[in-house]
Amino acid sequence: MMNRRALDIWVGFFVALGFAAIMFLALRVASSATLAAADGYEVKAKFDNIGGLKVRAPVKSAGVVVGRVAGIRFDNQNFEAVVTMNVDKRYAFPQDTAAKILTSGLLGEQYVGLTAGGDTAMLKDGDTLKITQSAIVLENLISQFLYSKAAEGGEKK
Amino acid sequence: MPPPAPPAGNLVEIENVTFSYGGANVLDGISLTIPRGSVVAIMGGSGSGKTTLLRLIGGALRPGKGEVRAFGRSVSRARTRELYQLRRKMGMLFQFGALFTDLSAFDNVAFPMRERTDLPEALIRDLVLMKLQAVGLRGAADLMPQQLSGGMQRRVALARAIALDPALIMYDEPFTGLDPISLAVTGQLIRDLNDALDAASIVVTHDVHESLAIVDYIYFLANGRVVAQGTPDEVRASTAPFVHQFVHAESDGPVPFHYPAPDYQGALLAAR
Amino acid sequence: MLARVLSLFEALGARVNGMIARLGLASRFFWIMLRLSGTSFRRLPLTIREIYFAGVLSLIIIAVSALFVGMVLGLQGYDTLVRYGSADAVGTLVALSLTRELGPVVAALLFASRAGSAITAEIGLMKATEQLSAMEMMAVDPIARVVGPRFWGGVVSMPLLAALFSAIGIFGGYLVTVPLIGVDDGAFWSQMQSSVDLREDVVNGIIKSAVFGVAVTWIAVFEGYDAAPTAEGVSRATTRTVVTSSLAILALDFVLTAFMFRGA
Repeated sequence: MMNRRALDIWVGFFVALGFAAIMFLALRVASSATLAAADGYEVKAKFDNIGGLKVRAPVKSAGVVVGRVAGIRFDNQNFEAVVTMNVDKRYAFPQDTAAKILTSGLLGEQYVGLTAGGDTAMLKDGDTLKITQSAIVLENLISQFLYSKAAEGGEKK
Repeated sequence: MPPPAPPAGNLVEIENVTFSYGGANVLDGISLTIPRGSVVAIMGGSGSGKTTLLRLIGGALRPGKGEVRAFGRSVSRARTRELYQLRRKMGMLFQFGALFTDLSAFDNVAFPMRERTDLPEALIRDLVLMKLQAVGLRGAADLMPQQLSGGMQRRVALARAIALDPALIMYDEPFTGLDPISLAVTGQLIRDLNDALDAASIVVTHDVHESLAIVDYIYFLANGRVVAQGTPDEVRASTAPFVHQFVHAESDGPVPFHYPAPDYQGALLAAR
Repeated sequence: MLARVLSLFEALGARVNGMIARLGLASRFFWIMLRLSGTSFRRLPLTIREIYFAGVLSLIIIAVSALFVGMVLGLQGYDTLVRYGSADAVGTLVALSLTRELGPVVAALLFASRAGSAITAEIGLMKATEQLSAMEMMAVDPIARVVGPRFWGGVVSMPLLAALFSAIGIFGGYLVTVPLIGVDDGAFWSQMQSSVDLREDVVNGIIKSAVFGVAVTWIAVFEGYDAAPTAEGVSRATTRTVVTSSLAILALDFVLTAFMFRGA
């Protein structure tokens, strides 16, 4: 039967080890990339096709994560997708910033890329981006390719 | 002849108690009293409700009908806190000791003191050693229950039962499975402790010889009722069939040898 | 024929009835145990002792299992990902599988078999040898003194063990893919860090393990307390603990996963 002191030491060791594991997971394995809503401002963008974009997808500019997609909605009046983004307060973007839906890698997850424009006025909380480019849908690409090939063939005749 | 009511009154009173388990009446309108300062034996065949009686007195079970009283207060109707107060004045020795196997003999005896009182450790130490001395096991204080023989375990359990100097001590089959020496020792301890603490003791047992030597009064139970009672002398001289069969260890009598069965000859000759 | 089918239904109905009654009994027990939990915290040494028996003594089995699970994940993950040229994502695969699912679930299953059954056997044996009755007669509530500390010991140990499982598993995955197979060290960790989210994955995993801890330990102490006071009774109770805990873990895992990772 273990004496009290040895018991306490072992339990202390165990609890410390457990916490170390939790710290390891929290700091070295995960990224605390969850942007709290308070630290950012909201901007909207409308797209004809968002492709595979999902909520919580990153919003990047020049390849660096500057925010997260907060919500995706379908506008039944104009039949387009409205994407709400939460952008880090530290980064201000001009009013004529363009939003594009890009794919990371060839078949990776999709994200929103922001390309800054030249306007002096900056985006405010609640603004809507004017310039957008929809996602490239593979099927459309293929049918475009086929049509152009067919047109070429037709021309040759 | 009922036991003479002593000036101090009855410590335990069982009044018309009925208790059933699984549809059968284990105790059926039973009444008895335990006077202060006496050692009372409760005897009967297996399943006659003896252990149930102890549990009713301790408040571990509630009777279906009737009342159980101890120290003048109702046990059967007590609420938890009151019940725990009453139990503080009771000590119980279970059949095989029921020592806490993860604690040493010393810690076992100290358990009730540490849990139920605010006594300082130094005082507890002295008290524990005194209790162990009373049962002759002071030298075994640091041993674990597994290292003790059955008889020794029971003696440590007895020391634990009297740890808080209870006014009522209950023994559940204390003589079962003991060698003759331990038997005599245990019997003597029960008597001496009772007199030293001026308590009342209830001994549930089958052992006729040992009990008759030490108790003041005996109750015989059968079919959930008291079928006979008396002082040891009265019991030895009794001609009542049940008492006679029990005391003289006869194989057949009011307690039948044969389990109820259809006719023997008929069973043998029955067509297969 | 019809009579047979009817009697089957009757038996099934009785069985279900019995299970529901048992669940009610277990719930009342749980409530009483919570109410009396003050003792477990006021008498901390009791609970610390139980954390030792439930947690510390499970360390070896958890660590070894985690290492092997992580290594297998690494191997299998690499094998599949390399076909799509995404071998670099193996770190993500190992980390997410462990933190979200395997860490909490496998650790809980191992805990149930090792610590859960031990707790059930211990309490059951105390019941069979009348130690619990003796305690009651000494006016000490066995639920407060015996059951409570064991419950809280298990609840505290479980999340720690699950986190350890995930951490050691990730290390195992690393061991097998980076030095042995040759996946890029930097890619392993950076891909992992960009895909594993603190709140979504790690915290959710910890929440899962906490829920499993409560469920498994509750089942273990209840089965022990409710065991029939005989040798077969205790043996049946320990079997029930392991079986019921395992099913509960998997069922709760499904419910929690559906709740937490909806539409990820």
